[in-house]
Amino acid sequence: MSVVAFAKNWNGKFKNSSYELVSYTKELANQMQTNLVIVSIGKITEEELNKLSQYGADRIISVNDARMNVLTSRVYAEVIAQIAKKESAELVVMTDNNSGKAIAPRVAVKLKAGMVAAVQELPVSIKPFVVKKQMFSGKTFGYVQINSAIRVLTLAKNCFGLVENPVECNIDISHPEVNTGLFKIQIISEEEQKNKVILTDADCVVSAGRGMRSPDNWRPVEELAEVLGAATACSRPVSDEGWRSHEEHVGQTGKVIAPNLYIAAGISGAIQHVAGISRSKCIVAINTDPEAPIFSVADYGIIGDVMDVLPRLTEAFRKSKS
Amino acid sequence: MKILVCISNVPDTTTKVKFKEDNTLLDDSGIQWIINPWDELALTRALELKEDAGNSVNEVCVINVGGSLTEATLRKALAIGADKAIRIDACPSDAYHVAGQIAEYLKENVYDLIFSGIESSDYNGSSVGAMLAEFMNYSGISSVTNVNLDDDIVVSRAIPGGKQMIKTETPFVAIVQKGIAKEPRIPSMRGIMMARKKPLEVIPAAELPVLTQTVKFELPQAKGTCKMIDPEHVEQLVELLKNEAKVL
Ligand SMILES: Cc1cc2nc3c(=O)[nH]c(=O)nc-3n(C[C@H](O)[C@H](O)[C@H](O)COP(=O)(O)OP(=O)(O)OC[C@H]3O[C@@H](n4cnc5c(N)ncnc54)[C@H](O)[C@@H]3O)c2cc1C
Ligand SMILES: Nc1ncnc2c1ncn2[C@@H]1O[C@H](COP(=O)(O)O)[C@@H](O)[C@H]1O
Repeated sequence: MSVVAFAKNWNGKFKNSSYELVSYTKELANQMQTNLVIVSIGKITEEELNKLSQYGADRIISVNDARMNVLTSRVYAEVIAQIAKKESAELVVMTDNNSGKAIAPRVAVKLKAGMVAAVQELPVSIKPFVVKKQMFSGKTFGYVQINSAIRVLTLAKNCFGLVENPVECNIDISHPEVNTGLFKIQIISEEEQKNKVILTDADCVVSAGRGMRSPDNWRPVEELAEVLGAATACSRPVSDEGWRSHEEHVGQTGKVIAPNLYIAAGISGAIQHVAGISRSKCIVAINTDPEAPIFSVADYGIIGDVMDVLPRLTEAFRKSKS
Repeated sequence: MKILVCISNVPDTTTKVKFKEDNTLLDDSGIQWIINPWDELALTRALELKEDAGNSVNEVCVINVGGSLTEATLRKALAIGADKAIRIDACPSDAYHVAGQIAEYLKENVYDLIFSGIESSDYNGSSVGAMLAEFMNYSGISSVTNVNLDDDIVVSRAIPGGKQMIKTETPFVAIVQKGIAKEPRIPSMRGIMMARKKPLEVIPAAELPVLTQTVKFELPQAKGTCKMIDPEHVEQLVELLKNEAKVL
């Protein structure tokens, strides 16, 4: 029996979400009194793999296959399911990011496993297996019981945190057989903005809404983000109007994010907006209207004009840094 | 070419959700049901592709796994412009079960392009689309922001901080997110009249396991009160973020 966790790397490097996954699954394997097996796919150095042992990975299966440097969900699902079978996994876990969302459901079908996406905590019970997750776009929690012998979970980012647990680590290199037909996706072009803090990974996000009044007023938002090393985001009408790129839209119909700090400037706090940000650790709202609903979800609030408050904040953060 | 759009029936996003029977069941009194927002956009894109004569799409069908309650939502999809609707008569409680039901239908009825949304706004399962692709052994492309059927089939998808274009073959499942269509279509008067005459076929559920079940709901605790900071003294906020919230 085992818990199998798939730790994704990005061009051979892990991120905090990978370490969080290992921290979570280590604790879970302990609770279930079983072993943890971490799976890594694609080219990666031993040194990088060893970083996972800091969080409790004592056994890693590395599928060091250059054909798999580009993530294809069908191929990855096949590899993970094969390993899960071989290791008699009772549970397979991965991070709830774009790739986890694409791979986990496929693994679940291959293993005839019940699946729950975006869990935020350790299971509330192991027998029966019950996990808690957000439902109705953050309006409630639901407790989901999984009745199959094997289960698949994805872990919401930035909920469990990192838990140091240094161990000795064994790395096995594995070469699973994969039907070459599965590699057939053909990428014809790719555009990536370099040197930009990626919104879904950011620890800190500065977001602005219609209260900015004009796309020409965004400089104070960007300046605050620069000082904080934050990503920038916006409400839906702002991206619909073309004031900011669609990339930045957060909320129920945009991106769902969970940074440590979310600063909402000139955003009213409509329920669909809050659905995308409610898992933030700390929310700061700046708004001229003391009745704005954003204040009922914020931890800290400033009543004032964004064009006046944002530069002051930037200055205050800059001072505290130096 | 035939397009199938998976439709999840969900409470209107502004609905205040309530529960009954000791918080084990959704209280559906007073709920206004809608087409899941992503699916509504996917349907819109499917209809655009059909209208674009160059694309030779000859059928847009919508499918839902659900009880008779969901027929009003399917009729709305017909009024928006779908050619026909299928309802598989089963309770949609588990993603594996739902995707398996749709797969059973697909095995008998061939479609070239299948749309699903990234997630249902009720249980937020985000798994039916990719499960369906796996059941059928099809390619599945996730985070899809556009589908074009011009000379080649080209799909755009969002990747962290950027965008990717993929050339693909049919059949495949496109799991869509923001961008796939600008605005959802609203049914016209004529559309509503025509929808009454369009086929809505009900088919019985296949024998498939239900692997998960939601046993209880819980409303989140109200957040503590928001601490107000004087705009003249924003350095206090910096202090609180550092030492109280500990997020800096
Ligand atoms: C199905 C559906 C899905 C949706 N999905 C999303 C989504 O994913 N994300 C999303 O954001 N929205 C979404 N919406 C839209 C949502 O309902 C709101 O309309 C939107 O979030 C409002 O954006 P806003 O806060 O920028 O603008 P407004 O609601 O116009 O708020 C502007 C705020 O700025 C304040 N303000 C004005 N001037 C100043 C100033 N000088 N200084 C400080 N404050 C000022 C005002 O008091 C006000 O509170 C969705 C709606 C629907 C129906
Ligand atoms: N009961 C259902 N019937 C048909 N399609 C569904 C159903 N539930 C989910 N889907 C499709 O799968 C997508 C993702 O839903 P989910 O996995 O439930 O979050 C939805 O956007 C729909 O396209």
